[in-house]
Amino acid sequence: MVPVSAFLVLAVVLFGIGTVGVMVSRNMIILFMSIELMLNAANMVLIAFSRALNIVDGHVIVFLVLAIAAAEAAVGLALIVNLYRNRETINIDRYSLMRW
Amino acid sequence: MNFDTIIFLVSAVVAVFGATMMVAQRNPVASVLYLILSLVAQAACYVQMAALFLGVILVVVYAGAIMVLFLFVIMLLNLRGEEDLGPGQPAISRVTKYVVAMLITLELAFVVKAAPVQEITAGILGLTPDEFGSVRMVAQAMFTRFVYAFELTGLLLLVAVVGAVVIARIDRPAGGNMTGPEGSPTTGGGAK
Repeated sequence: MVPVSAFLVLAVVLFGIGTVGVMVSRNMIILFMSIELMLNAANMVLIAFSRALNIVDGHVIVFLVLAIAAAEAAVGLALIVNLYRNRETINIDRYSLMRW
Repeated sequence: MNFDTIIFLVSAVVAVFGATMMVAQRNPVASVLYLILSLVAQAACYVQMAALFLGVILVVVYAGAIMVLFLFVIMLLNLRGEEDLGPGQPAISRVTKYVVAMLITLELAFVVKAAPVQEITAGILGLTPDEFGSVRMVAQAMFTRFVYAFELTGLLLLVAVVGAVVIARIDRPAGGNMTGPEGSPTTGGGAK
């Protein structure tokens, strides 16, 4: 039986890698995928405590989070496509202006 | 070291490796593939925590559908990697970003370390019924106590899909000219 704390440590490590990706990455798509990774790390904490407390509510919340992540991915990728059409680059540093 | 621990260690190492390579990659396609590897390993962790249904959903929906959407966009935009990004950043900027990210992660680690996990979960662990996390149990909760949240999620998905179509649409002139004013369909983009 693997203790809950092991899964929590794994979730923190994954969340940290996602944070580093969001901070460091200049590629907009990799940055976006890092956000997805952070969402999944939060999901892992929910499932770990759901298992530990023997309540299935966490599973439902994780399911809803997955659905919302799908919606977020659709809108975010549409935004990236539109930004790329306007500026011909996906370097996030080039989008420092709200208006040009 | 028993069998459960070995499986956990293997899947955890693969998940962290995939996530690290995802961030470190220059080529976005390779990055997506490493994220899929990480997600499959995370699904193995879910199954270890008796979340069978969610493990399957993670592989099918996340690694299967959403990541393919990412691949579609990367190939639609014809991205290759470093040459698309232009000149790099100054070193001080990079170092600052790493330090800030590490500080956030350390803060989170302290919170998790301070959480009384052992006290909360003492005596509960191991009482899990065999069908915990199955489709039946998740669905029973989802369609009774969480039914409004479930319905609202459906509405949200509809709004998101319509919004994605509106955002990504190419604005064409009113005359119905499919190729745009300059003969290129990509010149007039932008949400009005």
